[in-house]
Amino acid sequence: MSAFNAIGEERDIDRDEYTPGIEPQPTWCPGCGDFGVLKALKQALPEVGRTPEETLLCTGIGCSGKLNSYLDTYGFHTIHGRSLPVARAAKLANPGLEVIAAGGDGDGYGIGGNHFMHTARENHDMTYIVFNNEIFGLTKGQTSPTSPKGHKSKTQPSGSAKTPIRPLSLSLTSGASYVARTAAVNPNQAKEILVEAIEHDGFAHVDFLTQCPTWNKDAKQYVPYVDIQDSDDYDFDITDRREASEMMYEAEDALHEGEVLTGRFYVDEDRPSYQEEKKAIGEMPEEPLAERYFDDDYDWDQKRSYDLLDRHV
Amino acid sequence: MTDDELIWRIAGGSGDGIDSTSQNFAKALMRSGLNVFTHRHYPSRIRGGHTYVEIRAREDTVKSRGDGYNFLLALGDSFARNPKENAYYGEEEIKPLYENLDELREGGIIVYDSGMLDTDDVPNFDERAEENNWHVFDINLRELAKEHGREIMRNTAGVGVTAALLDMELGEIENLMEDAMGGDMLEANLNVLHDAYEMTNEEYEFEHDLRVPTGDHDEEQVLVSGSNGVAYGALDAGCRFIAGYPMTPWTDVFAIMSQNLPKFGGISEQVEDEIAAAALAVGASHAGVKSMSGSSGGGFALMGEPLGLAEMTETPIVLIEAMRAGPSTGLPTKPEQGDLESILYSSQGDSNRVVFAPADPAEAYDQTRMAFKLAYDYQIPAIVIIDQKLSGENRNVPKSFFDRPVDADPGSVLTEEELAEAAHDESGKFNRFIHETENGVAPRSLPGQKDGRYLATGNEHNKAGHIDEDPDNRVAQMSRRMSKLVSIREELDEEHESQQSYRGPEDAEYGLITWGSQQGTVEEAVDRLNERGVSVKSIGVSDMMPYPEQEMTEFLESVEEAMIVEMNATAQFRGLTQKELGQFGEKLTSFLKYDGNPFEPEEVVEAFEAQINGADESPVTRTEIRPAAGD
Ligand SMILES: Cc1ncc(C[n+]2csc(CCOP(=O)(O)OP(=O)(O)O)c2C)c(N)n1
Ligand code: SF4
Repeated sequence: MSAFNAIGEERDIDRDEYTPGIEPQPTWCPGCGDFGVLKALKQALPEVGRTPEETLLCTGIGCSGKLNSYLDTYGFHTIHGRSLPVARAAKLANPGLEVIAAGGDGDGYGIGGNHFMHTARENHDMTYIVFNNEIFGLTKGQTSPTSPKGHKSKTQPSGSAKTPIRPLSLSLTSGASYVARTAAVNPNQAKEILVEAIEHDGFAHVDFLTQCPTWNKDAKQYVPYVDIQDSDDYDFDITDRREASEMMYEAEDALHEGEVLTGRFYVDEDRPSYQEEKKAIGEMPEEPLAERYFDDDYDWDQKRSYDLLDRHV
Repeated sequence: MTDDELIWRIAGGSGDGIDSTSQNFAKALMRSGLNVFTHRHYPSRIRGGHTYVEIRAREDTVKSRGDGYNFLLALGDSFARNPKENAYYGEEEIKPLYENLDELREGGIIVYDSGMLDTDDVPNFDERAEENNWHVFDINLRELAKEHGREIMRNTAGVGVTAALLDMELGEIENLMEDAMGGDMLEANLNVLHDAYEMTNEEYEFEHDLRVPTGDHDEEQVLVSGSNGVAYGALDAGCRFIAGYPMTPWTDVFAIMSQNLPKFGGISEQVEDEIAAAALAVGASHAGVKSMSGSSGGGFALMGEPLGLAEMTETPIVLIEAMRAGPSTGLPTKPEQGDLESILYSSQGDSNRVVFAPADPAEAYDQTRMAFKLAYDYQIPAIVIIDQKLSGENRNVPKSFFDRPVDADPGSVLTEEELAEAAHDESGKFNRFIHETENGVAPRSLPGQKDGRYLATGNEHNKAGHIDEDPDNRVAQMSRRMSKLVSIREELDEEHESQQSYRGPEDAEYGLITWGSQQGTVEEAVDRLNERGVSVKSIGVSDMMPYPEQEMTEFLESVEEAMIVEMNATAQFRGLTQKELGQFGEKLTSFLKYDGNPFEPEEVVEAFEAQINGADESPVTRTEIRPAAGD
């Protein structure tokens, strides 16, 4: 008998199921873009057909990290920058789970940058949402890796001398098989993109532009966005790396000039996920590992061997 | 120092096959009925450089490498890999010979490869050989090997010569070669072995008394290293997930696990850094798999944050810390016990973890199993400390020792039926972190289970996992988490045999205290001291946290004075003992060594005798005595 009956359960799911019975008072500021992510996720998850109990949401630290206080799934609020390693191990341990990781731009592109690069490289089957507000929110307005050059803050009083990170390009170069950008001010597109990202088999990275009215008043996220899929001005093949890469570059440059280009930038449906790659070389069991501890028929001693005792590395 | 034992040292360059040759020779000695112990010494470099392995073999149990050695097999082409004269690491040409001579006992045997090495290059060689009554055999091992095709087989030639000189049969050595290789390789090696054996018997007269000792085992033995012990303990504890990043000497455990886990249907992940490694262990465990990670000093320092996360979210994990000499990258291939304090207290906030330091490969197996059991029953991180010495040292252990079933119990996890009955809060979340429990353990649910939804967070949280800064809740949660160590101490005291090891007469006047990998050496010193009429006993401590307060108090009350032997410069275990017990300061002396080498039994004997005779300086170089507070 399975110990995880909630996994794979098919039923109609009401979006209210994702709302905690007593909703903790959101501590986000009025007008914060983070509300947009919460709303989009609450719409996307039922549409994908995943129940709260088969969903594991791993967050980092920051205003964004509070997401799972307001979204009622299984949750792991980890530590600053570390949502990805926790999330991807949970997925390896129990591939039946719908694993989503989320965090801020400081969290994901700064302190967790190394994990971001490597999780994308390995193409783990999961979704990663980065709340990109171009600022550190929770620690009160310091410059983040996506803040524009020249951005002044208390810790960079003369204005940052650093060029901001290019999250989309970085993601593509690192190996993500789905890369998109959306914005809290565009709820319909946001929901659609999240649905696609969650359904995607592989590492789906969504750079989610979220305004921070408290610390980053002039951010471009307020500017009307352009949906590159809907616009006649942009015609490129989202499955072609080179074209996708050029488009991303253009979008990242445009953002610094105040023009917000959103949409799907790269989708590779053919690349096997990390789990599949590992299975192919015999390093990943067919059945979920976590199930095994509850499987009364599994013979633990059968495969045990003393060979290794007398063999040395 | 007795000669009823063989201590065989094989020395040469990295790449000479020192490791594999010594492992096979140790197994051959073990299978012929002897007890064995291997000690590995190597520099921190990949090509070239001088390395040796020592095998101590005797009829009685072997607990340490002993003092000195009595048979040198000097191979060595390390110089060939270091073309620059006087290169940074020094002149290599004669190292396999002269670097080893200081510790060769009187009457010892030297076999050197005259095809590679020349005693003319070794200062005062002939005088020293005569003075020490060494028996020197210059044999062209290289030539012997070449005759059968490959120069690299000179190690096999060396083994053939060794066997002849020690009057040993070749049977077991041949069997092991047959296990390890096949085809032309096997045939060539067997030919070299036989040629070397027969040539030595025909051409040389043996004037030495050293022979291979005889022994007999009651039951089949296996050769196990500390790293093997840890890895096998983890596998038998039901661990099926490991994440790591290479760092010497932890890499051994990581490699053994990675090579075996897929066969056991488990997963091994080499990841981007140690922060990720420990975080992956947390993630896999959160999802319901028994998991581990580990590192050595510097890498473990990076694990502090995920370790704290495991404490706060009550996620069971096991970490291995294989210590090497620090600070920083320190001496990468040399042992030290300098990380104890960082292992006990690293990470923010009050420490809440189980820490064991096994003494030998068998204990490494046992205590790794125990670490998993406690970690999963109590939802707490458990750390097993080994070090560069223990990780690479091999000992024979009866095969039946490992004859125990796999422990597949995932610990304190509720089933879906239990979850349906369990308390939930108004938000519909399962009360995963309830305040009131019997032993501090609040049973958990796993993601994917019905009725088990909760939030795990590194922030302080309430029963359902919501972030909560209410002072009453904080105190209730903190107190419950901390109370686990009290319950664990009770469980260890009541339900399990002591993990501490005792040696010597119970009513002894003096005490020797040590922890981790130095135990065997100290026990050998205890035996020697008692033989010489000094009344002393020892305790080898394995439980670092929770500390074995009762056992240590009893031990210290029963002796007049006690000397703590540890491989670090700041007496870290002594500090822990005084912190935990708050007394005995006037009884405790420290004997410290931090030159990159483990203690040898005779050093402990001499320092102990000097200390009880009132000296507060060590008679042994590169060691240090720290007198008691009252002295
Ligand atoms: C190791 C560590 N360093 C620093 C912090 C402090 N800290 C908390 S949130 C944060 C910045 C978060 O910024 P971002 O990821 O952009 O998220 P936002 O708050 O904007 O959503 C920092 C630096 C921490 N918690 N841990
Ligand atoms: S500080 Fe900014 S990011 Fe944080 S809640 Fe307020 S508006 Fe949102």
